[in-house]
Amino acid sequence: MAISVLVLSERIAGEHPEATFELLGKGSKLAKQLGGELAVAVAGTDYPVQELGGADVILELAGLEAGAYAAPIWEAGVAAAIAASSPRVVLMSTGTVGLDLGGSLATRFGGQLASYVIDLDVDGEEILATAQLYGGKMLAEVALDSFICFATVIPGSFPADDGRSTGSPRVERIEVGEKPKAVAMAIREPETGGVDITAAPMLVSVGRGIGSSDNLELVQELADALKVPLSASRPVIDSGWLPKPHQVGKSGKKVKPSIYLSFGISGAPEHLEGMRNAEMIIACNTDPGAPIFEVAHFGTTVDLFDLVPELTERFGG
Amino acid sequence: MKIVVAMRQLADLVEELEVNADGTDIDRDFVKFVSNEWDEAALEEALCHKDDGDAEITVVALDEPDVDQTLYTALAKGADRAVKLTGHDPEGWIRTGDRAAILASWLERDDFDLVLTGVQAADDLDGQLAGVLAERLGVRHAAVVVGFHDADSAVQVEQELGGGTVAVSSLELPAVLGIQAARQTPRYASITRIRQAQQTQTIQEVEISAGGSLGGTVRKISPPKKRGGAEMLEGSASEVAERIAELIRSKGLARS
Amino acid sequence: MPVAGKKQLPDVVELESAIVKSPISGREWDVSGSFSRMLNPRVLTDYTYAGFAKIASLTGGESLQNCYGCGKCVPVCPVDLVGEYGPRKIHRRVQTGLDLFKADELWMCTTCANCLRVCPKQVNMVEVMPAVREAAVAAGDIPEELQVVMEKTFRYGNALGENPRKRHAWTKGAGVPVRVLSGDPGPVDVLFYVEDYWSYHPRGQQAAQAFARLLSHAGVDFAILGAEEKTVGDSQRLAGEKGLFEALMEEVVQVLDKYDFRRIVTPDPHGFNALVKEYPKYGHNYEVLHYTQLLAPLVGNLPLTNRIDAKVTFHDPCYLGRHNGEYDAPRTLINAIPGVELIEMGRCKGNSYCCGGGGGGMWLDGFNANHLTERLSERRVREAAETGADILAVCCPYEVSRFEDAAKSTGNERLKVMDISELLDMAIG
Ligand SMILES: Cc1cc2nc3c(=O)[nH]c(=O)nc-3n(C[C@H](O)[C@H](O)[C@H](O)COP(=O)(O)OP(=O)(O)OC[C@H]3O[C@@H](n4cnc5c(N)ncnc54)[C@H](O)[C@@H]3O)c2cc1C
Ligand code: SF4
Ligand code: SF4
Repeated sequence: MAISVLVLSERIAGEHPEATFELLGKGSKLAKQLGGELAVAVAGTDYPVQELGGADVILELAGLEAGAYAAPIWEAGVAAAIAASSPRVVLMSTGTVGLDLGGSLATRFGGQLASYVIDLDVDGEEILATAQLYGGKMLAEVALDSFICFATVIPGSFPADDGRSTGSPRVERIEVGEKPKAVAMAIREPETGGVDITAAPMLVSVGRGIGSSDNLELVQELADALKVPLSASRPVIDSGWLPKPHQVGKSGKKVKPSIYLSFGISGAPEHLEGMRNAEMIIACNTDPGAPIFEVAHFGTTVDLFDLVPELTERFGG
Repeated sequence: MKIVVAMRQLADLVEELEVNADGTDIDRDFVKFVSNEWDEAALEEALCHKDDGDAEITVVALDEPDVDQTLYTALAKGADRAVKLTGHDPEGWIRTGDRAAILASWLERDDFDLVLTGVQAADDLDGQLAGVLAERLGVRHAAVVVGFHDADSAVQVEQELGGGTVAVSSLELPAVLGIQAARQTPRYASITRIRQAQQTQTIQEVEISAGGSLGGTVRKISPPKKRGGAEMLEGSASEVAERIAELIRSKGLARS
Repeated sequence: MPVAGKKQLPDVVELESAIVKSPISGREWDVSGSFSRMLNPRVLTDYTYAGFAKIASLTGGESLQNCYGCGKCVPVCPVDLVGEYGPRKIHRRVQTGLDLFKADELWMCTTCANCLRVCPKQVNMVEVMPAVREAAVAAGDIPEELQVVMEKTFRYGNALGENPRKRHAWTKGAGVPVRVLSGDPGPVDVLFYVEDYWSYHPRGQQAAQAFARLLSHAGVDFAILGAEEKTVGDSQRLAGEKGLFEALMEEVVQVLDKYDFRRIVTPDPHGFNALVKEYPKYGHNYEVLHYTQLLAPLVGNLPLTNRIDAKVTFHDPCYLGRHNGEYDAPRTLINAIPGVELIEMGRCKGNSYCCGGGGGGMWLDGFNANHLTERLSERRVREAAETGADILAVCCPYEVSRFEDAAKSTGNERLKVMDISELLDMAIG
């Protein structure tokens, strides 16, 4: 049987990321609809095989050493896997690797690409993708009809459990002939600060709605009163108002506290990715249309500058 | 080092977006267009490199609503040259493939070491510009870049992988980088300086005819259906605070 | 600078045994155990003129160097009351090496003009500060909070960063028809220039609605610009963005030129100030009234039949009172309300305290908080509460939000903050 769906495992070191299983789960359904096999491309030769039972075939990208990453090297490797397997659909996530390789590979193979995809289906000859547009303020239905189609999928769109099955996929080794003019040098782990926001039972989290670093003290007082750490969305970190280990989201920490109390965070997909699994999310945002309210359990549009002092007071701050 | 910063306009998300008559794009007639915030980070990072050494910065953008504003602001902040590419419909949705083709066609004639652009844009449904552009130019690329420095004929790039983990790699120049964050918040160009730039500097216009499809057919766009969503707490700040305090206490997380 | 508000006492040097010798006559005095100025370090020669030269080279910056240190300005400076400020002190710090262009002090002056009122040397901070700020902003030195507001103003034409198309959303709740000129461009008597805070701030919108009802009761022919209106941006100018002010002026004038109106009426003393004093410098002359000035002569036409039995105190906005000499119109309106007893605060009229919102202070709350023992608005609200008043009446769109907030933060919730237009509206039967 021919390979119809190729999933890229974006594992650079350690475990396969959660997104790989989400894509495998969806990928196997698509492969059935398309009447072909599901393949997964994996960097290097030293990877946890047994977890990839959801796929029919594992394509080992030889020469992509685990533990380092360079876009052109990976691009060459995945391109070789695509050339060897000629799938109809290539699935990646909207993580760094997907953002890196999706556009260039689609261009290289003359295929069509849909990005920020949250759902996929087969519609006759076409692949139908539902994708977020304008940060989730719109949804687009895109029909891809090229010979080979690419989709970069927002993590969390499909259940990962569907992709975690045992099996014994065949392993094929892909040799990468191309010599990209790049060197993968190192993976640097983040400096660890004092606090570990992933371990806290509750977080007070603050976003760009705080306006300026001068106002940060306000939420710090609340966090102090509650004796919990302060976490933040990325703009707050980027501005240097809080150190990097406090960031929640795609490029920050994934947190799962009992209560996530957010102030002035809009709820961009990259942020939601880091906190949507919290047991209880309480969101304060003056914009009633803010996407954070879609994942929050409780919400309020009261101004954070009015609400925070009131809360602090109630907890003896 | 010659740095080209590719910037672009986007519908301002402050606005409530509406769908156009045939349901395949947003209604562009009444929205305000502003520059893509990630492109602003790319420009800032380029300017920081110029502050540190001898970078020469060209800002390039396709003709789009209010793009002159963005280009003059970049000049006021310290870019050396601004170029506007014309020859397409400036009012419509310029899809990634076309944008990349137009930029590539201009870049092929110009001399550059690095192209910086924002890692993403709110409407790049057909993929992010950096990779597509690089592939068209046949040069190296990297996305989600949080820092870089040049070393002779290569650039050493730091890419954010998630959780603060960074991948370091070295790419032979020329290269295209999708910038995720600059080392500092974008600087301020006073309106006086922007106006001075308007009076003393010019935007070079270049007509290009190029295109390249990449995306699929957009059948329809629509605002997402509100699903369930949060239970909204109504009332004054003090009443809402009381409700939240109860919720916190109900989880046994705080007393008093 | 010293920690918020704690004034430092001068070091007094008293030596157990001390003889002071005159350098001229050679005579000696025994000053053992007592204070003598001669024993205290004086550093009069310890500075250069460089700091003043740099400031004086700016248009508007000339007068700071004129200060001769009399100190009259310090006790009247509203910022000094909650911190360390005033022209005298700024002058001294520049003398001893402060780079005002880079200093936090640069942003603390509210341009309230109370110092100018008493200064014998006409040291004019209302010109000095904006001039230095303009240079600082051009060099990219601007507090982040303020930068955001400048960007929003430039982008959206309002300081709040609100959708320009929703500028007249407030009219829906007015209960009377409000004509928007773009849709109905015929001649009109009064062009109601709503300005930002009455257009967008929820409490401001209530005042705008009340005012529209008053105009309709008084039979005034009026209209607004709606989405075509942009802020005049006077506070942005005083906060150092003259370029932004000028850019806005071009657009404002272009819109005004399209329509046929007799006079402009605005609730915003800041916009009013610019239209009256700055626009003519550029050759743009309009008949402009503050809304209290329009209403005062018409108050007889308003059916003010509901009694409001309350003690009311009134806060003079710096830019209506001190800057433009209007103290009577608001008081005429307050006194016209049956039942109201007007009580003046100690600081009123020419010596009115500043709410802290002027000259960019409206957008530097977090920044200035680092240097002040309390907000100016809080200080003022306490003053208002001490009069025993039930209502603090205001007639500047910045103030309802500032004072309501301050009433809360100082525990004076009892004191209601209301715009005069809202009071009049309540009194209409
Ligand atoms: C590869 C990649 C990785 C990323 N990783 C992350 C990540 O790890 N974490 C992350 O957070 N983001 C991440 N982002 C960025 C993300 O896309 C958003 O830009 C970001 O999350 C927005 O942060 P915010 O919600 O604080 O700011 P905004 O989107 O600007 O939202 C601010 C909100 O505050 C509200 N507000 C304003 N004033 C008040 C007030 N007074 N009271 C109450 N509410 C108010 C506003 O209504 C608004 O909704 C990533 C992006 C990319 C491309
Ligand atoms: S009143 Fe004028 S002269 Fe006197 S100290 Fe103040 S600024 Fe100087
Ligand atoms: S203008 Fe007002 S705030 Fe500024 S120095 Fe003078 S008295 Fe103080």
